[in-house]
Amino acid sequence: MNQLFKRLSPAGDAAGEDLSFHPDDAPLAIHDLTVAYHRKPVLWDVDLDIPDGKLVGVVGPNGAGKSTLIKACLDLIPRASGEIGIYGKPYREQRHLVAYVPQRESVDWDFPVSALDVVAMGAYRRLGWFRRVTKEESEKARDCLDQVGIGHLADRQISQLSGGQQQRVFLARALMQDAELYLMDEPFAAVDAATEEAIVSLLRTLSEKGKTCLVVHHDLATVTTYFDWLVLLNMRVVASGPSETTFTRENLQKTYGGKLSLLEKAAEALKHTVD
Amino acid sequence: MNWTSFDTWIVVVGALCAVACALPGCFLVLRKMSMMGDAISHAVLPGLAIAFLITGTRASVPMFFGAAIAGVLTALFTQWIARFGNVDRGAAMGIVFTTLFAIGLIMIRQAADHVDLDPGCVLYGALEMTPLDTVGQTGIPRAAIVNGGALLANLLIILVLFKEFRLGAFDGALADTLGFSSQFLHYLLMTMVAVTTVAAFESVGSIIVIAMLIVPPATALLLTRKLPAMLIIASITAAASALIGHVGALIVPGWFGMDATTTSGMIALAAGILFTLAWLFSPTEGIVVKKLRSRELADPVFEESLAGK
Repeated sequence: MNQLFKRLSPAGDAAGEDLSFHPDDAPLAIHDLTVAYHRKPVLWDVDLDIPDGKLVGVVGPNGAGKSTLIKACLDLIPRASGEIGIYGKPYREQRHLVAYVPQRESVDWDFPVSALDVVAMGAYRRLGWFRRVTKEESEKARDCLDQVGIGHLADRQISQLSGGQQQRVFLARALMQDAELYLMDEPFAAVDAATEEAIVSLLRTLSEKGKTCLVVHHDLATVTTYFDWLVLLNMRVVASGPSETTFTRENLQKTYGGKLSLLEKAAEALKHTVD
Repeated sequence: MNWTSFDTWIVVVGALCAVACALPGCFLVLRKMSMMGDAISHAVLPGLAIAFLITGTRASVPMFFGAAIAGVLTALFTQWIARFGNVDRGAAMGIVFTTLFAIGLIMIRQAADHVDLDPGCVLYGALEMTPLDTVGQTGIPRAAIVNGGALLANLLIILVLFKEFRLGAFDGALADTLGFSSQFLHYLLMTMVAVTTVAAFESVGSIIVIAMLIVPPATALLLTRKLPAMLIIASITAAASALIGHVGALIVPGWFGMDATTTSGMIALAAGILFTLAWLFSPTEGIVVKKLRSRELADPVFEESLAGK
């Protein structure tokens, strides 16, 4: 791990963005991460290595720091200590490799933009300051909307979309970013069955292309079917590994503590996987 | 009614100022920071006073610098107090702008009272007097040039940074992850508001500025769901308020046997009336349409979401 961070080259890429990335480095390597809000720790001493090309589910109780973990990876919140490497380098040098799907409630859906406008925002980093969205990028944005099955709604104002459709707009925007690592915060929260299916098939497609997806998830019943790698989080990393070996009663008990109703759900889910 | 070239200039100055405010105002409304316009337009007062005390003149350039610095400080202090004091942002704003405004008032009263930096003038403005103060032989009022300059600057910044402003207002976190600093965009907007406020101060006074920053954008948001259209409609509403306001100031009091009233007040009132009309009769968001629509059983959006499209 130390070697990995020694390899972070501070000067090397200052001149221009190095669009290549080093496949030997983990898409996401977190070392000793601690994050606190008002001196109250939310994440404590988190060590995590996410292997390449996996669909990773992050589960844990409310307040476990799942969203915080993602935001810390994106430098959106200050960290008290620790280092995060994205393909071996700090995030600010690797923006082009990471796409972010925030929680749906994080924005105002009454905002006067169309679905296509929002998806086109995924191209802004490529365009840089001042330059307008080109015709090609606009076409590509339509393509991305097609990929999530709502191409026909491209010109709708976003408040006229259902919750599931709004979530798909966010996913299309992430696709637009052409990233290698996708960080998604609760994309399955409160969506209809059709959207859930669309997201799952999208995740599979991304995985087949060798992309890595880290997805905050809340439904223990589906977590082993959707994801091949699991991170159980409750302020610390309780367990991280392949779904089959990580999704155990013992690990879940450690993660969810005394929250009985959730434990029962987990037991139910375990039964499903055994069947 | 006896319309002279004076009246034309009053409307032009009022309209330039109103549109200059409405443009950054659209982004204030969209960022749900409407009160920030109120806060900044008050808090620039100490900036103006200090600029005046240092330079001893009321020349525009130092005034603008003083205002811009005070505006950014207001935004900065608000953020600090909200973060470290752990209080709501609205409360933090209230603390900062009342304090700064009070300091500004004291400064003007104590140090600058012997000159013509008049608090009353700063609050209510003197739009009717602006055609008297012309630049050289041109006959163009100084206020028209100052407010026109603010309008031009705001227009240019918004045209050049339209994409960035929209991104920053819609999803600040995404802006940051893509490398467009949402902090920078925030403070740029605050600076625009502060500078526009000062440009408008002498002519229309700070109270109208607050109305013009918020009411035309809010009206536009009732009439369209597209950002470029919102900016255009807000500008038209703002300019129309200036015209209706001045005409109203001349004739309406006559109906009650009174003298013409202040144009600034009537401009704000006209903006309020235009907003009310939009609120009632907007084809998409209006109360009338909504009442009619709620009687219809079929709601296409709802149906589609049921079908899970």
